[in-house]
Amino acid sequence: MISVRDLQKTYHMGDIAVRALKGVALEIGAGEFVAIMGPSGSGKSTFMNILGCLDKPTSGEYILDGFQVSGMSDDELAAIRNRRIGFVFQTFNLIPRRPAIKQVMLPMMYNPAAREVEACAVAALERVGLGARIHHRPNELSGGQQQRVAIARALVNNPAIILGDEPTGNLDTRTSEEIMAIFQELHAEGKTIIIVTHEEDIARHAQRIIRFKDGHIIVDEPVAARVAAREVLAKLPAEDEEEDA
Amino acid sequence: MNLWESVLVALEGLAANKLRSALTMLGVIIGVFAVIAMLAIAEGTRVQMMSSIQSMGTDVVMIFSGGGRRGGGGGPARGGFGSTQSLTLDDAYAIADDCPSVLAVAPEAGANAQVKYRSQNTNTQVLGTTADYPGVRNYKVASGKFFSNSDVRSSSRVAVIGYDTATELFAQLTPVGKDIRINGSRFRVIGVLAQKGSQGGFGNPDDQILIPVTTAMNRLFGLENVRMISARATASDTLTQAQEEITRLLRKRHRLASGAEDDFRIMTQTEFMSFANEAATIFSVLLGGVAALSLLVGGIGIMNIMLVSVTERTREIGIRMALGARRRDILLQFLVESVVLSLAGGGIGVLLGLLLVAWTGAFAAETLGSTPVVSTVSIVLSFSFSAAVGIIFGVYPALKAARLDPIDALRYE
Repeated sequence: MISVRDLQKTYHMGDIAVRALKGVALEIGAGEFVAIMGPSGSGKSTFMNILGCLDKPTSGEYILDGFQVSGMSDDELAAIRNRRIGFVFQTFNLIPRRPAIKQVMLPMMYNPAAREVEACAVAALERVGLGARIHHRPNELSGGQQQRVAIARALVNNPAIILGDEPTGNLDTRTSEEIMAIFQELHAEGKTIIIVTHEEDIARHAQRIIRFKDGHIIVDEPVAARVAAREVLAKLPAEDEEEDA
Repeated sequence: MNLWESVLVALEGLAANKLRSALTMLGVIIGVFAVIAMLAIAEGTRVQMMSSIQSMGTDVVMIFSGGGRRGGGGGPARGGFGSTQSLTLDDAYAIADDCPSVLAVAPEAGANAQVKYRSQNTNTQVLGTTADYPGVRNYKVASGKFFSNSDVRSSSRVAVIGYDTATELFAQLTPVGKDIRINGSRFRVIGVLAQKGSQGGFGNPDDQILIPVTTAMNRLFGLENVRMISARATASDTLTQAQEEITRLLRKRHRLASGAEDDFRIMTQTEFMSFANEAATIFSVLLGGVAALSLLVGGIGIMNIMLVSVTERTREIGIRMALGARRRDILLQFLVESVVLSLAGGGIGVLLGLLLVAWTGAFAAETLGSTPVVSTVSIVLSFSFSAAVGIIFGVYPALKAARLDPIDALRYE
């Protein structure tokens, strides 16, 4: 699914060249659930931006879903982001004052192949348990609900890969578990999922953990005792229960 | 994203800031409104001038003193007509007698003068002419009669007054038979001309006093020459022939050598029209140009607001790019927004312009002497100009948006 070879990224800040990635090699298979960890400045965010086709590597090779991504034009990268990758951000990144349904329809606006846009958006919102809130605006939704809208938006063009950049970073424990439960369900349905996180607890929901330091991968290991979000949720006290799917 | 969807997105964006969008549009509205109104006034003046020239008839020529290149282009101003006084009353009589294609002539000689009836006082044009004047210049006598050729021969102190002059001096009274004083000399009013209506650009034909030309030249003003001579041809198709006969006759009478330029100029209706058209075009360009400036200011307002909008929505732009918007999608989104602003402003401006012209037409007719006329050209022109303003002033902000780096835009606080 993802194949990265000798990936390098150098930023130029004035006269100083910052080498954020110093030759990263990695294979991620279809249907894997990977957590990427590492301290600030370790290069993990740069790596995620390149995986997400938001940034271009200085050198090296990146093959996504059979496409040679390194060397693509801006427009080709936009098409890849639109159809093959679903983004979930730490700060949700919804567009202000727009109802959930419009948020979810947005990626299909940039996809000429999209059909029955509205029905697809409703189905995606139902999929994340927000079928009753399709006309709510971001300021009328809780953090967890906003992140679900963002997940629905990431799903709607049916991409093979979901990228989460600290998707639970702004959420409390219970809500985080609910979001991770959705990720685990999507994984069970065959999606490839890659998340960046600071929290060991969250990382252990994945199958595989990759640790970055100083622009290199230092650890790449399977998760021994994998956490199932549904089980954690069952043990948590049922306080201000959010509506579930 | 197709164009229709872009328009919908743009409308959403504009609706999110209604007051701001409305104020931005106001700049364009005022600009387009001004263009429409100014061009309507200019066009109204043109139409008025044309109809007054039209009323002169296709079989009339006017002869002015002063040179002018023979058959040369340009308006009468070019020849500096009136600068040298070469036409005499005898020229007029000679044209009437010796040119077979000329039906009648009416010389004009006069000046502005103080006119009194009892305590009523006015300053108006007093014109000396002959008995053929009404026939040549298409005037009708409403009451009384016009003076005769024997009045002209005997330099009688009789006057025929224009409709507006009559109203001003006599109000409700009957003017015919009353005595008025022109520069202190007593004249008897023997007739009142029928109303012709204001004719923009050529003075008011209803505000004048006609007296026998001999009286005007010899007794009242002491003039040697006539200002102009109007001549009516026997028919429309003998006009050219009449023109040639007059030229030949006047050159002979003025003893011009064969190479010398004419010391008079003959103007036909066609020449007056091209002269008037030229003047009207200059008028339109001046008025329209001033109005277009305000449209330009409106465009700067659009650019200003679009730049603010791009900065404010940097994060939204980053999100859209992350979700698959290409640079040209972002460009189109902001460009469509500015074009929607300017086109909506243009549309409202056109409507307001039309309404204003419709409501104030009568008032304008009184103060300007012409009714404003909105031409289709001016609507199309101002509307497309406003669209162009939207594109021109929207391109820079839209390019700025499209060139944002998706990662920087996403991190923008």
